[in-house]
Amino acid sequence: MRGSRKPAITVMAMAAAVTIAACSSSSGGSPAANSTTSASSPASTAKVTLTWWNNGNTQPLLGVWQSIANAFHSAHPNVTISIDPIQSDLFTTKMPIALKSNNPPDIFQQWGGGQEATQFTSGKLADLTSLASSWISELGPAAAGWQVSGQQDGIPYDQHVVGFWYRKDLFAKAGIPATPTTITQLESDDAKLKAAGITPIALGGASQWPDAFYWEYFAVRECSESVLQSSIKAVNMSAPCFSQATKDLTSFMATSPFEGGFNAVQAQTGAGSSAGMLANGKAAMELQGDWETSVVPALTTSKNLLSELGWFPFPTVAGDLGNPTAVLSGGDGFSCTTGAAEPACAEFLQYIDSTPVQEELVQKANVGLPANNAAEAVLSNPALQAAAHAHDTAAYDAEYFDIAFPTDPGLALDSALANFFAGKGSNSTIIDSVSSSSGH
Amino acid sequence: MARTHSAARRPNQRHRLRKRVELTVLLGPPLVLFIGFVLVPMVFAAWYSLYNWSGFGPLTDFIGLQNYGGVLTGPDFHEALEHNLIIASLSVLIQLPISIGMALLLNRRMRGQTTLRLAVFAPYVLSEATTAVMWLLLLEPGGPVDALLKSVGLGGLVHYWLASTSLVLCTLFIVITWKYIGFGIVLLLAGLQGIPAELREAAAIDGATPWQVTRRVTLPLLGPTVRIWIFLSVVGSLQLFDIVWIMTGGGPADASATMLTYLYFNGVQRTEFGYGATVSVVLFAISFVFALIYQRFALRRDTAGALTRAVG
Repeated sequence: MRGSRKPAITVMAMAAAVTIAACSSSSGGSPAANSTTSASSPASTAKVTLTWWNNGNTQPLLGVWQSIANAFHSAHPNVTISIDPIQSDLFTTKMPIALKSNNPPDIFQQWGGGQEATQFTSGKLADLTSLASSWISELGPAAAGWQVSGQQDGIPYDQHVVGFWYRKDLFAKAGIPATPTTITQLESDDAKLKAAGITPIALGGASQWPDAFYWEYFAVRECSESVLQSSIKAVNMSAPCFSQATKDLTSFMATSPFEGGFNAVQAQTGAGSSAGMLANGKAAMELQGDWETSVVPALTTSKNLLSELGWFPFPTVAGDLGNPTAVLSGGDGFSCTTGAAEPACAEFLQYIDSTPVQEELVQKANVGLPANNAAEAVLSNPALQAAAHAHDTAAYDAEYFDIAFPTDPGLALDSALANFFAGKGSNSTIIDSVSSSSGH
Repeated sequence: MARTHSAARRPNQRHRLRKRVELTVLLGPPLVLFIGFVLVPMVFAAWYSLYNWSGFGPLTDFIGLQNYGGVLTGPDFHEALEHNLIIASLSVLIQLPISIGMALLLNRRMRGQTTLRLAVFAPYVLSEATTAVMWLLLLEPGGPVDALLKSVGLGGLVHYWLASTSLVLCTLFIVITWKYIGFGIVLLLAGLQGIPAELREAAAIDGATPWQVTRRVTLPLLGPTVRIWIFLSVVGSLQLFDIVWIMTGGGPADASATMLTYLYFNGVQRTEFGYGATVSVVLFAISFVFALIYQRFALRRDTAGALTRAVG
C-alpha cells in the first residue's frame, strides 16, 4: 500500500539492491521444492507451501498477515504459508527479477493497473478468472482494476481513495465554517488560513507522487470518463482536457497554497514530512489517500489527533467536463504465479476477502477501506467513513495514473510533474512524458 | 659431469615449480573473483545495452546503438554529468587545500592531537545512509541548522537548503565534504609521516623559515599522496550516489542528479534495464578513460616500477 511508502526505504533499497540476487534465489527456492504435487489435485488434499511476498514489513500489518496465514493453515492443514515481508518500493526492482527466474513467489503484492499488465508479459501470472468466479462479484467494481484484458490476474484486499485531510481546529481558528466544494472556495479558504498565520496545505514534493495527485485530480475533473480511460489505455495524453488540467494546476499553484520548500519535503517520514506537518498542526490540509489515518499517529505525540482530522473530496472545477463525483483511487492486492499451487493460492485470496478477515484487516491493521464492502460497517473513524462514502457513491474510480500506466510511463509522468512543481518544464513536457518514455 | 649437471638443474626445476604453485595459489582465487564479479558482469552490461529490455523475458528487441544515442544526446544525462564534474572540481579546489592545511596542523605535536584526529576522521566512519538521514534532519526548514544560524544573528542566511534548485548542489557538496574530508586528512597525514624529519631539520639548519620548509620541502614530498588523493576523489565524485539519492533523489527538478541517480531512476526504477546498462557502460568508459589518462600522465612517476616494468 502507498501508506507504507516510508522513505527509510531509500536506505533499504540500497541494501536490497545489493542482495537482490541472493534474496530472490533463496526465498524462491522453497516453493519449487515443496509444491511438487500434481496440479490437478484439489488444494485441500495436496500438500503445498505457498511463499508469500507482501509489503507488511511493519506492525501492525506484519502481525495481522501472520495471524491470517496461521488461521488459514489451521483450517487447511495441507497448505503452509511462508511469509516474506518486503518493503513496498522494493517490489519494483525485485518482481521483474523474480518473475524472470524459475522460482517466483507463489503469491505477491499486486497494485493492479499497468504495472500488472507489464508483469503479465512475463507469462508467470496465474489466471484466476475461473478459480475466483464463484465469489469475485462480492468485491463489486473494485476487482476490475486487477484485470488484464478481461482476465483476473490479481485480486484486491483493500481500496484507497484520495482526498483532502484537514484539521478541524485550524479551520475553526481561521474562521472557515464548512469544507470547500469548489476550487475557488478552496483558494479563498487558503487565503483565510494564511491570514491566520497557518500554512494552508502540506505537500510532500520530494516523494513526487503527492505532486502527481493534484494534476491527476484536475485531469479527472476536466476529462470525461471515456476520454480518460481511452487515454490511459493508449498511453497518450494528447486530449485537450489534460492540457486544461495543467492550466488549472498552474493557476492553483499561483496562489502559493503549499509550505515553503515543499520540493524537499518527504510525504511520510518524520515530523517534518507533509503528513507530520498535518499531524503536528503546522499545516491545515493535505491531499492524501485514506491511509493517512495509519501514517499520522506515529508522527506526533498528540493523543486525540484522529478526532481532529476531517476529510472532504477534491473540489470541483468551474466549467469542467468530467464527473464532479469521480475519485482518484487505487488499492492493494495480490497475484498468484502459475504452477501447482494455483488452486490453494486462489483459495487463500478468497479467504482474505471474506468478511471476517476483511474486518480484521480494517480494525487491526488500518488498511483503509476494505475490498469487500460488507466489511465497511466496522470503519469507526468519521473521517474514514466520509472517505468510504465518497468512494461508494463516486460516479467512477480513476486509478492513480502512475499505477494505471505501465511502470515506465507512470514513473516518467510522476517525475515530469515533480519537475513542473519545482519550476522546470511546461505543459508539453508533462503531456509528452508518457509517450516519449517508452522508446527513450 | 652428468651428476653435477642434473644436480644443478633440479633445484632450478623445483624453484620454477614452486613459483608456479605460488602464482596459482595467490593469483587464482582473486582472478576467479575478478573475472566472475567484474569482467563477466561488464560484458553482460555491454550486451544488455544493445537491447530494448524491460527485465522481463528474453532479449529479443535488438536496437543496436540506439540506447547510446539516447544517453549521449539526452539533456538530462548532460546535466547529471555536469553535476558530477562540478562536484569533482569543487573537491579538488576546496577539499584538497583544506585537507592539506588540516593534515599539516594535525601533524604537529600539540595538546589534544589524538582527540582532534579522531574528530576529523569520525564522519568517515559513519555509513553514507546514516550521514544522509542525519543531514536531512539537520537541514529541514526550521530545523537545527536554521535555528543555529538564527541564534547567532545570521537569520538572513537561512535558505531552503535542499528545496532550492540553485542551492541544492552546494548543500550536497558541503555534506559530502563533511563526510569525506577525514579520509583525505588521514591519507595526507600518512604521507607526512613518510617524510623523514631530518630533511626538514636540515632545511631549518640551513636557515629556511618554517613557511619555506613547508613550501619547498614538505609539499613537494607530499606530491605522490596528493596525486593519489585527487585520483580517488575524482573517481568517487563520478560515482556519487548514496548520499544524493537518500537526501534529494536527484531533485528537485534534477538539480542534484548525478550519473548514477540518472541510471537508477531511468534504468532500475523505470524497469528499462537495457537503457540502464547503457548508462553504466558510459559511466564506466568515462571513469576508465580518466583513470588511464591520469595514470599515464600524473601517476607515472609514482607508480614507476610497479606498472611500467615487468616484475621478475
